Amino acid sequence: MNAGKQPTLEVEDLRTHFFTKAGVVKAVDGVSFAVGQGEVLGLVGESGSGKSVTGFSILGLVDPPGRVVGGRILFKGEDLVPLGEDRMRALRGSRIAMIFQDPMMTLNPVLRVDTQMIEAILAHRKVSKAAAYDRARETLMRVGIASPDERLRSYPHQFSGGMRQRVAIAIALLNEPDLIIADEPTTALDVTIQAQILYEAQKLCRETGTALIWITHDLTVVAGLADRICVMYAGRDVEQGTVDQVLDHPLHPYTHGLIGSVPSRNRRGARLQQIPGMTPSLLNLAPGCAFRSRCPRATDRCEAEPTVTMRGDGRRVRCFNPVDADVSA
Amino acid sequence: MSVLESQSSTRVVPGSAAGEPPLIEVRHLSKRFVKALDLAEKIAARLGADVHEEVVHAVDDVSLAVSKGEVVGLVGESGCGKSTLGRMVAGILAPSSGEILYRGSDRATLDGAAARRAALAVQMIFQDPFASLNPRMRVADIVGEAARVHGLVDAAGFDAYLDEVLRQCGLDPSFKRRYPHQFSGGQRQRIGIARALAVKPEFIVCDESVAALDVSIQAQILNLFMDLRESLGLTYLFISHDLGVVEHLSDRVVIMYLGRVVESAPTEALFDEANHPYTQALLREVPRLESRHSSFEPIKGEIPSPLDPPPGCHFHPRCPHAMARCREEAPALREIAPGRMSACHLNDG
Amino acid sequence: MSTTTEHLQATAAAMPTAPRVESPLRRFTAAFFESRIATAAFGMLLLVVAIALFAPWLSPQDPYDLAVVDIMDSRMAPGEEAMAGFTFWLGSDGAGRDMLSAIFYGLRISLGVGVASGLIAMLIGMCIGLTAAYFGGRVDAVIMRIVDLQLSFPAILVALILVAILGKGVDKVIIALVTVQWAYYARTVRGSALVERSKEYIEAATCLALSHRRIVFRHLLPNCLPPMIVVVTLQTAHAISLEATLSFLGVGLPQTEPSLGLLISNGFEYMMSGKYWISFFPGLALLITIVSINLVGDQLRDVLNPRLER
Repeated sequence: MNAGKQPTLEVEDLRTHFFTKAGVVKAVDGVSFAVGQGEVLGLVGESGSGKSVTGFSILGLVDPPGRVVGGRILFKGEDLVPLGEDRMRALRGSRIAMIFQDPMMTLNPVLRVDTQMIEAILAHRKVSKAAAYDRARETLMRVGIASPDERLRSYPHQFSGGMRQRVAIAIALLNEPDLIIADEPTTALDVTIQAQILYEAQKLCRETGTALIWITHDLTVVAGLADRICVMYAGRDVEQGTVDQVLDHPLHPYTHGLIGSVPSRNRRGARLQQIPGMTPSLLNLAPGCAFRSRCPRATDRCEAEPTVTMRGDGRRVRCFNPVDADVSA
Repeated sequence: MSVLESQSSTRVVPGSAAGEPPLIEVRHLSKRFVKALDLAEKIAARLGADVHEEVVHAVDDVSLAVSKGEVVGLVGESGCGKSTLGRMVAGILAPSSGEILYRGSDRATLDGAAARRAALAVQMIFQDPFASLNPRMRVADIVGEAARVHGLVDAAGFDAYLDEVLRQCGLDPSFKRRYPHQFSGGQRQRIGIARALAVKPEFIVCDESVAALDVSIQAQILNLFMDLRESLGLTYLFISHDLGVVEHLSDRVVIMYLGRVVESAPTEALFDEANHPYTQALLREVPRLESRHSSFEPIKGEIPSPLDPPPGCHFHPRCPHAMARCREEAPALREIAPGRMSACHLNDG
Repeated sequence: MSTTTEHLQATAAAMPTAPRVESPLRRFTAAFFESRIATAAFGMLLLVVAIALFAPWLSPQDPYDLAVVDIMDSRMAPGEEAMAGFTFWLGSDGAGRDMLSAIFYGLRISLGVGVASGLIAMLIGMCIGLTAAYFGGRVDAVIMRIVDLQLSFPAILVALILVAILGKGVDKVIIALVTVQWAYYARTVRGSALVERSKEYIEAATCLALSHRRIVFRHLLPNCLPPMIVVVTLQTAHAISLEATLSFLGVGLPQTEPSLGLLISNGFEYMMSGKYWISFFPGLALLITIVSINLVGDQLRDVLNPRLER
């Protein structure tokens, strides 16, 4: 393997199933993607598509009755799936960090910010307390916090939602991770605050070379932020490519429908293209393409499991009847 | 065309007969939430401690008129008072001051049958498809209760009426004996819409009604709104933080910031050339499918707490064009072009 | 109406295909009987209630009928035979009464007093709590301060004083128990009513111009009931043990209608002389009753707690 070209994270055919009393929920059932240094991957899907579970699987945070039942998660060439909890814990928070939709998942409400940040550094590095404090201060400034000393002395509840999310991001950055997994971190925030955070996130990836996986349901967010997009539906990756490829010329009928459902300025007042029906339940999902009951292009062939087609331009699509198959436009 | 200033008389609105009053008009509407001191705090205050009543001006002197058939988008970020304004219009919250006119008559002065008609004329569709339906009632009761209670339909015609309303909202009437938890988010939202439509309203307040739904489901509901507007001649006040959705649906857009209206304009005009610096910032920063790899510097600063808004123009601490005057004097909402209003001192120059 | 049919098709395809209407009650019972312990406790509770209800037909002897109680039978050990020919399976007490019959009848009184006081206290507490939550402001403040005051006194102390003033009798004991218990209900129902009142479905009901009475009783109240069911169960157990305590101390029920507490008290003097059964078996009955009610109450709390939604 060529060390210089090796992607930071490579996920190959990941399968995470939940063994519930009612049956097996195949939350993630065949997902592959890779993120390189400094790259931003948008992992897009609706509720129940398995996008968050994919994130948790990478971090080894899937709780019973859930279990990774197949596939490989290669982090800088090392497979994380068989790794023990101790080694995972050492990786989490130092080499791989996570940002959640609710920053209070990361922040402890009863501890001051400086205590939390210094602890996060000392847990993974042997440095003096003073050095750790300086590092915390510097990281806060990096995520666009104007008066870091004052913020460090505060408790999380004294911050606004946007500020809390910034602090959570700063904590994720403390140990200069190689990979950050962000699960809908701006969904609860206002437009102007979201714009600030997206701006900082993009800048950071470029400056530090951190690989970023941005999990979201919002195509418009990844349009501005990501380099590549992986679209998920019912636990599978259905389409992958660069942002321009996927958004301008979607191949999978689901992506196509999804883009058509986003209100956009060119089609004001017109009826939105709607995907009929709703996302299928992942419990005891029938074999075959999970999208076929909602798909305008479905044929009898779709009763079988669609395979992934690799395109010449680096795109992947999991569909028998991709959108460009018969039309010239 | 119809955001009213204090002096302005009724305007001519396109699509309605000249001189006909707007369907819903609010004049100088304000809502203050006061967190009164409890006994211990009162004693502490007497002893000289720094505690005082906290007053939030959730809505601060807002005037707005919506004509029949219009769709007005109400946009703003958290704490701007858009939901509070919507709830006052819908009759859920009582205003602290100001008046709400239904077809030209003050709703507070109506009584008896006229008051009931005015109340039922304005219905609301909520954000949360789970909390907005009573979990212990069947769909038939949720949707049909008010129509029965108010005598809009008699017992004999009830079933047919209910089925018709459900069908109108894209729901299968054979599921009407079910409970809300047996439906998906999008279907629950349809039940909420059916509940509102069952009392034959003229005006619908949609408070973030698609925000909690998946994109593909969101499109279904937005299409339903547009179909209903056409078939029933409904008028909407569409409250949302999502500029894309508002742009798609509205004839006119009103932008609020910390309790005040900062700009109001026909949709095309507003999206083509926003006047207020806040609107400009919002439009630039709203994520769009078309804006790839955007790397502009976003507007700085947090949204101030509505408990303690900045003096003068509420937006001045974040405004790139702020001047000394903005810190002292709140700009009035003035007409800057026919049908366009903006509250910014820059327009005086 | 092509658009409408399109919607309809969209929805019809998506409709869950559950074969029957799954009511909240059915979901609830299924969740309740998931736990084996709770099922066993529920079965035990049913048995206790059945014994209490049918005591006159189940008992070998009417312990209140002085004509059939023979002083010659006093303090018989379990298993010995009575003069009248039947067996004292659990022995007899100092007056020659069959313990088994006395326990059956005592259960009837203990359970009756507990349930009656629990239900009356719930009705009173619910009205007061709903009033406080719905009107808010000063009404709320005054009511809740009274509740605080009430809850700050030890229940047994208040009950003792009240019974001392009112005198003996089933009705008086019930009054005392209601007085010490209504505040729990008021506080619980106020808490859940405040949460429910701020939900959007109540706003929707307001928007539909429904009357206040309709909103409170049709929309608000049914959604406040689940926590009340838990409190009424646990408080009934509490009431039974309070009544037993009062009777044990000799201030509760009259000697002529012995409840479990009084039976325990009656046998207390014989404990040291090895005649354990006069106190022990009523105590065991009391313990079984209270434990099974509490287990059922705990499971109810788990099942009805929205935060533990599975």
